[in-house]
Amino acid sequence: MAVLLLADVNGAELATDQLAKALTAVAGLGPVTVLVAGPAAAATEAAGLAGVAKVLHAEDAGHGLAEPLADLIVSLAGDYSHIAGAATAFAKNVLPRVAALLDVMVISDVTAVVDADTFERPIYAGNAIQTVKSADATKVFSVRTAAFAAAGTGGAASVETVGAKASDLSNWIEDKVAASDRPDLTSAKIVVSGGRGVGSKESFAVIEALADKLGAAVGASRAAVDSGYAPNDWQVGQTGKVVAPQLYVAVGISGAIQHLAGMKDSKVIVAINKDEEAPIFQVADYGLVGDLFTLVPELTAKL
Amino acid sequence: MKVLVPVKRVIDYNVKVRVKADGSGVDLANVKMSMNPFDEIAVEEAIRLKEKGIATEVVVVSIGVKQAQETLRNALAMGADRAILIEATADVHQDIEPLAVAKLLAGVVKEEAPGLVLCGKQAIDNDMNATGQMLAALLGWAQATFASELAVEGDKATVTREVDGGLQTISVKLPAIVTVDLRLNEPRYASLPNIMKAKAKPLAAKTPADYGVDVAPRLSVVKTSEPAGRKAGVKVGSVDELIAKLKDEAGVL
Repeated sequence: MAVLLLADVNGAELATDQLAKALTAVAGLGPVTVLVAGPAAAATEAAGLAGVAKVLHAEDAGHGLAEPLADLIVSLAGDYSHIAGAATAFAKNVLPRVAALLDVMVISDVTAVVDADTFERPIYAGNAIQTVKSADATKVFSVRTAAFAAAGTGGAASVETVGAKASDLSNWIEDKVAASDRPDLTSAKIVVSGGRGVGSKESFAVIEALADKLGAAVGASRAAVDSGYAPNDWQVGQTGKVVAPQLYVAVGISGAIQHLAGMKDSKVIVAINKDEEAPIFQVADYGLVGDLFTLVPELTAKL
Repeated sequence: MKVLVPVKRVIDYNVKVRVKADGSGVDLANVKMSMNPFDEIAVEEAIRLKEKGIATEVVVVSIGVKQAQETLRNALAMGADRAILIEATADVHQDIEPLAVAKLLAGVVKEEAPGLVLCGKQAIDNDMNATGQMLAALLGWAQATFASELAVEGDKATVTREVDGGLQTISVKLPAIVTVDLRLNEPRYASLPNIMKAKAKPLAAKTPADYGVDVAPRLSVVKTSEPAGRKAGVKVGSVDELIAKLKDEAGVL
């Protein structure tokens, strides 16, 4: 058995933390070869991680576009029993394409590797955990990195160059990194979210002020998004983003099932709501009952 | 240009998911089912392309149990022109895997020859996020996943994609597969007259044998379990008490 692990390269930077955590996830499956499609510096950095047996370096296969990268992985696939990557937008774009080209199923968002054929993964936005056993010759899967500790440094793997062929199916135009000073919702350590109780788009400033004081990302419930109080990309829940920060502050959110599905893996949950019967209090570690327009500014001021 | 939109019948996003006592899966008998929310966005986008005069026909296809007819009628009521149902199982608990779905869709694409396939980025039941990418692979087409903006011009589509930490814009050669994310649009509600009209729109019934596809799963479910639950915590009496708890007890500030 041997593993080919796809490294995520954002722009010119290796997503080191994602790769280090994915390394831990696949460590028991055999020697790990990391594929880096990007600048040489990213390949060198990957070679320094503990547990890497070898690095294959391909000069940027077109900004990580799926078509040339999938073809490259398929051309290397014969040597490996497992092909994996951290479950980022980058790998989730490419790995299913690789799997279909190999005529195997993909297994997404793996949270535990049970044995060489058996994997655990969340379904229904984490409302159930399924253990699946694959009958395919090659296992292609992505790893939800929040479930694993990062591998350390101190490795000294060799770097080999492999050739990638360009594809004329798609062309990269530009990358726009989010302009906000706030952290990204899915990777933020603290998230402050507002719900229908916030009442208007203008009132969301109360939520944003608390978030900025905490250095937090801003989230919203689907009810708040549907009411036009917050943009759709702030939505936390089954139909929005799934988050698991250290601290999640739910303000004016009743706690609909679809919202809970997106945040219940947070380490500490705080709920502020005027309705003491709101279901959000059943999952909150700390609940504060009262008017959010009094309590939230007070909290912001006292932090 | 014809646009093909695959739609999946899934448990409604407002229904509490319950794991079956025998651990074989999630209980889907007698629960409210709806169109996968991401597929609704794909249907909406296809209809908008038709309203702009870019698409000439919107064909929706669903794969699964016979009851998926309701999901297709819903898409027809939103404004799709025609539907195809591939009845792949009689068991509401059997999920047809993305690889088999992609093979069936590849068969549909060969018959229908669409210029664009619009898919939801993932279904909210198995959360696999794979069908669109797999279909693109099988057809040898370009793919643009997680789209939040789409512009079709001539033989190309320009797509803005939701990637980690920002947005990426790419251009794909048509025909192509585009999978849609939440921000692309807000799907419309079907009006009552349109719901009535949808009943008269054509719906063709097919089987996997019509496309020569084996839908046997590659993954077997060993078990399905409830995630570790959360216990309700404490109610605090004041903002000061909350700050003290977060600092001293939880250690998150």
